[in-house]
Amino acid sequence: MRTYLGLMFVGLLLLCAVCSFLSDVFLTWPNFLNILTASATIGLLAIGASFIIGSGGLDLSVGSLMALSSVVAIQFSTHSPFPFLQTLCLCLVVAAVAGGVNGFLIGRKIPAFIATLGMLSLARGLALIFSNGRPVYGLPDSILFLGQGRVIGIPVPVFIFLGIILFCHVLLRHTKFGRYSLMIGDNVNAARNAGIRIQRHLIWLYAFSGMLAAVAGLLFMGRVNAADPNAGMMYELTAITATIIGGTSLSGGKASVIGAVLGALIMSVLQNGLTLVNVPSYYQQVAVGIVLIVAVAFGQWRGGHAATN
Amino acid sequence: MLLRIEGLHKHYGGVHALDDVSLSVDTGTVIGLVGDNGAGKSTLMKCVTGAEKPDHGSIVFDGQPIGLTPFDSRQAGIEMIYQDLDLCLRQDVTANIFLGREDLVHLWGMQTPFMNHKAMNESGRALIQTLNADIDVSKEAGSLSGGQRQAVAIARALLHHPKLLVMDEPTAALGVREITKVLNLIRSLKDQGITVILISHRLSDIFEVADRIVMMRHGKIVDDNAVSETSLTKVTQRLMM
Repeated sequence: MRTYLGLMFVGLLLLCAVCSFLSDVFLTWPNFLNILTASATIGLLAIGASFIIGSGGLDLSVGSLMALSSVVAIQFSTHSPFPFLQTLCLCLVVAAVAGGVNGFLIGRKIPAFIATLGMLSLARGLALIFSNGRPVYGLPDSILFLGQGRVIGIPVPVFIFLGIILFCHVLLRHTKFGRYSLMIGDNVNAARNAGIRIQRHLIWLYAFSGMLAAVAGLLFMGRVNAADPNAGMMYELTAITATIIGGTSLSGGKASVIGAVLGALIMSVLQNGLTLVNVPSYYQQVAVGIVLIVAVAFGQWRGGHAATN
Repeated sequence: MLLRIEGLHKHYGGVHALDDVSLSVDTGTVIGLVGDNGAGKSTLMKCVTGAEKPDHGSIVFDGQPIGLTPFDSRQAGIEMIYQDLDLCLRQDVTANIFLGREDLVHLWGMQTPFMNHKAMNESGRALIQTLNADIDVSKEAGSLSGGQRQAVAIARALLHHPKLLVMDEPTAALGVREITKVLNLIRSLKDQGITVILISHRLSDIFEVADRIVMMRHGKIVDDNAVSETSLTKVTQRLMM
């Protein structure tokens, strides 16, 4: 895994070199901060996806949960005496409950693809209902600070992203929660026979993924100054791509938070570079799709190669 | 008496996998459980270890009715090594040995949520050494040979000194030298007072280490004899009937 991550890092540097060759603006400090800020949203979703895919599952609902949690939180916190605290708590609770429902259904043998696809539609629909289909403006200053504020010249989302990277890396590598997630993805029967309560773990796991989506939603709405019911559309695809680029095995049992972050950086640099050289956004979607297919094919080849060796 | 099973029934759809099974097992004995494929041996043991829930009947272990989950069984002191070994092949040996029973770091007498990798690696290495196996505990389980994987599964089962160890076909995938090692290990378990239930198609293995042979057919116990009162030929003939 370390060798693979090293290769990914070299790939990221090469991509940066190509982008800086194509655009004079790319290799500037403001653009660097811009990439990091954009990476925070996708990166948080990718970190959640690395836990989920490492457990042999899939969560297609994270983009919709971003939108639902932010819309609900803002709608019910506007006149609160503690708007920041209430928005934060509501955001996390809404996404955690929705994620927990995903985990419950998957624990009851409903395929993850179906359960989370259902939640994708359900959560998006609820976000549109709660907001009457329009973005909600008038965010508290504290939320705007989360998305747009700067500390010693560095955007606040970058600090939050770094903190969550550290937390999740420790969670995955050094706690039972992370280990059991990978064990379930590796051999669910072994995990069950070892006394791990699979259903309960899946509920917590998907709730955790939902909470990461909620934080991504908070940063996103702070950045765009609105709780948008259409926020996070197709973000799950980019997050899954970033996770797979980062070395997480689609068949479960292997995952890396650092890998997911590298994957998110690669996706952000790619999108940033394409924007700087004036590639239309429609074509950027095509590029994401191609990268996903190439990443999966490479992952399959790598898995097969390792098994052969 | 360590284990008492009474009137156990288990159905899978229309199949009567266990049909009024009763069995008593004394502490420190080795029981050989034999029978054709589908006789109900594994189902019976899965009920004991909580992996399956019986439809009727009772299981009393060490004087207490046992719970219905693998967790309850393990807490009571029952360990099972399945035929497929139940290893997580993409995880390292230590992670497999400690699966479900990870050591946590303690600070100032308080338990933290962090795993104690160093202690687990050291204990895992020591356990593997007691089995005379040459295995690097940092290796992925998927990279080990069949015999090495068996050793990892046994090490995991022995981790917390079980009172009862159920072994499902432990020698099926092993070479002659490794079979001898596993049989020696079963003898040493018996010497330590650990009760072993050995499910095996290899009657010669059972005759080498078991005190009793229990034969199952169509979900029922059809024979239960001390090894000293029967012979390999008799058991083979009964199985062929």
